[in-house]
Amino acid sequence: MLINNFLLLGAVLFCIGVYGVIARKNAVLVLMSIELILNSVNINLLAFDQLWGNVDGNTFALYIIAVAAGEVGVGLAMVLLIYRNRKTISLDELSEMKG
Amino acid sequence: MMLAATDIQIAQNIGFGIIAAVMIVAALKVVTSRNVVHAALALVVVMAGAAAQYLLLAAEFVAVAQVLVYVGAVMVLFLFGIMLTRAKLGKDTDLNNKNWGLGIPVALLMLGVMVWVLVDGFEDTKLAEPRPPVSTAAISDSIFTVYLLPFWALSFVLLAAVIGAIVLARKD
Repeated sequence: MLINNFLLLGAVLFCIGVYGVIARKNAVLVLMSIELILNSVNINLLAFDQLWGNVDGNTFALYIIAVAAGEVGVGLAMVLLIYRNRKTISLDELSEMKG
Repeated sequence: MMLAATDIQIAQNIGFGIIAAVMIVAALKVVTSRNVVHAALALVVVMAGAAAQYLLLAAEFVAVAQVLVYVGAVMVLFLFGIMLTRAKLGKDTDLNNKNWGLGIPVALLMLGVMVWVLVDGFEDTKLAEPRPPVSTAAISDSIFTVYLLPFWALSFVLLAAVIGAIVLARKD
């Protein structure tokens, strides 16, 4: 297989995730788009691992999976807190920090 | 530029193509669906497809970890998050920003730059003949010797995430 098969797949998924982060208003959907981005990075790491023949990329892919799990936990806890206080999770209504 | 290496690993190429197409369609569904639950289920397809790609890349342990953590745990968290924050589970027209169209040129621009760089940089580089799957022992050797410090840091990150999630989400 070509290395570019995997790298281009990663690039496409990354860009779809970026579009989701920009376009979505619902906080849970933004978190899902971030998961898409993290997965595309994992595909890239493992492809380079296969190309160069070592295991560093596997290690970092596992670290990324662990960080993503923690990020989802804290992110959803924050979303729940916002929902409890505001009865909405639309990101464009959270504007207290606007100058 | 070749789109697929036609002379080696035919079966893997076909499998890759099918899984990649399914993943891209499901990813588009995640970011365009009008139904939050459907978006979450499409995300499951993307995660499972990613696990299959990891298997094609000879990374067994990461593939199993992906299934356990993402398809198992993270998706359940997402579904809980959806159900705890939204009474309405059907279609919803109010999921996108007012200026959501801005995302399309940004994403296309990034995609163009990345495709150009990748095609220019790697051209027709082939992955070597399939090597034996990366053994779990080799990964653990890597984690507990060279990358021990990031592992410790990660432990603290997870501890902080657990405590933070409890503190944020509890009712007081």
